[in-house]
Amino acid sequence: MSALLKVDGLQCFYGVSQVLHGVNLTVNRGEQIALIGRNGMGKTTLLKALTGLLQDRRGAIGFAGASSLNAKPEEIARRGLAYVPEGRGIFGSLSVVENLLMSARPGVSGSRRWTIDRVFEVFPRLHQRRGNGGHQLSGGEQQMLSIGRALMTNPDLILLDEATEGLAPLIAKDIWNTLGIIRDEGIATIVVDKDHRSLSKVADRMVIMSKGEIAFDGSPAALRTDPSILEKHLGV
Amino acid sequence: MDALTFGVQLLNGVQYGLLLFLVAAGLTLVFGILGVINLAHGAFYMLGAYFAYWISAHTGSFAAALVGGVAISFLLGLVLEELFVKRLYGRDHLAQVLLSFGLILVIDEVRQMLFGKDVHSVAPPAWLQGSIQLTDVLSYPVYRLALCVVCLAAAGAIFYVIQRTRLGMIIRAGAENRDMTRALGIPFDLVNKYVFAGGIALAALGGILVSPISTVFPGMGDGMLILSFVVVVLGGIGSVAGAAIGALMIGLTDTFGKVFFPQVSSILIYVLMAGVLLWRPNGLLGKKEA
Repeated sequence: MSALLKVDGLQCFYGVSQVLHGVNLTVNRGEQIALIGRNGMGKTTLLKALTGLLQDRRGAIGFAGASSLNAKPEEIARRGLAYVPEGRGIFGSLSVVENLLMSARPGVSGSRRWTIDRVFEVFPRLHQRRGNGGHQLSGGEQQMLSIGRALMTNPDLILLDEATEGLAPLIAKDIWNTLGIIRDEGIATIVVDKDHRSLSKVADRMVIMSKGEIAFDGSPAALRTDPSILEKHLGV
Repeated sequence: MDALTFGVQLLNGVQYGLLLFLVAAGLTLVFGILGVINLAHGAFYMLGAYFAYWISAHTGSFAAALVGGVAISFLLGLVLEELFVKRLYGRDHLAQVLLSFGLILVIDEVRQMLFGKDVHSVAPPAWLQGSIQLTDVLSYPVYRLALCVVCLAAAGAIFYVIQRTRLGMIIRAGAENRDMTRALGIPFDLVNKYVFAGGIALAALGGILVSPISTVFPGMGDGMLILSFVVVVLGGIGSVAGAAIGALMIGLTDTFGKVFFPQVSSILIYVLMAGVLLWRPNGLLGKKEA
């Protein structure tokens, strides 16, 4: 299996303060990675650095066979990366359909597996709301739209920040089911969420961040065998 | 004032408003999407009129002046964006004002070298040269009616592109959250370039269209720039629909102001602007926080 994403010694800065202190992470094609850790440990920063939106970074990021350390966000996205940010990033003045159409494009390999019809099939709720403006949607609908919009770019890797934050349990379950569908499509994901129990059911690997570094990287089974790791990095 | 005179003034006001809209729409797009204050916008209106004079004098065809003038202006916009304007994104307003003011000086000087500083007139196309006789003493030029039609068509085209096309969706999305559009793979640099060039072309189109009913003279862009800013602020920065409403309000206020209150007509549009801003500080259709 070839590595889709390879991060080596990544350091990130907000002005003078360093947030990431040498992160190493490899994601293979089709792999689902759960990224967990307390607030402020650098999870969102890592995702933003991978998208290119955070420019102040050092180290090495290889994505889809090329370095993306100095690439613009749009270039990285066109190599097959899609981003579902914390807070969803929905365009409120655009309708549901417009939010989906504006990002639509074939994948790197030219595949057009994800069309607007397919997204509506996965999220029937969005189809009902298709004419509504983005600002009229509930939090759960916005998250579905944000994921749908990412899928419309036919990506190879989706970064999903705070997948189920603030969502009702039933909606959250929908999102977890969707992650299963995405995984079956062979799309790799890095999912950030507080709900590590649900994550460990869907993820291939659990990655724990602590103080800007990777503190644990292993299978959900390996994490279960040593509860002290979770206790140390997630316990309050 | 009888109904007919009123009708003629109404038509004049609407026509003036539509023309203002073309120019202000370009300004509000550049302002709202690129975040750039372009003081040179009026200079492109002036340039458009000189292009119209120059091309129609050489070819004898107003249609050639229309197409050629818009095309040259669009290309000029692409070049200027690449050379200068793209350095202004994200910079403070002082840098933008200084650079675009510098552009005014350069454009004026180039215009001086190319076309001189003489006042010119442009003949409308032959088939639009007549007037419609309304009464024994009252007539209305056909060209002014045609101007309304062309402006309406252009306004329709602008709304179509922004509301109905994918490019329009991207432009609206980018106006809201540029980083998100980039993270979705939209090359926003390219979008910026076309929006700027399109805005310039609209200003030039206004200048070209007005050239047969006004005179073509060096300072003609200055007044237009001020009025366009009034329209943009009135309608809400970045809102094309707001610019349309604002432009019609200004056109009608100015036209009827001159008829009914000639002594104070020159300040009426500013009174209108101040009143609207007191009521809606972000303009008629402006976003909550500008």
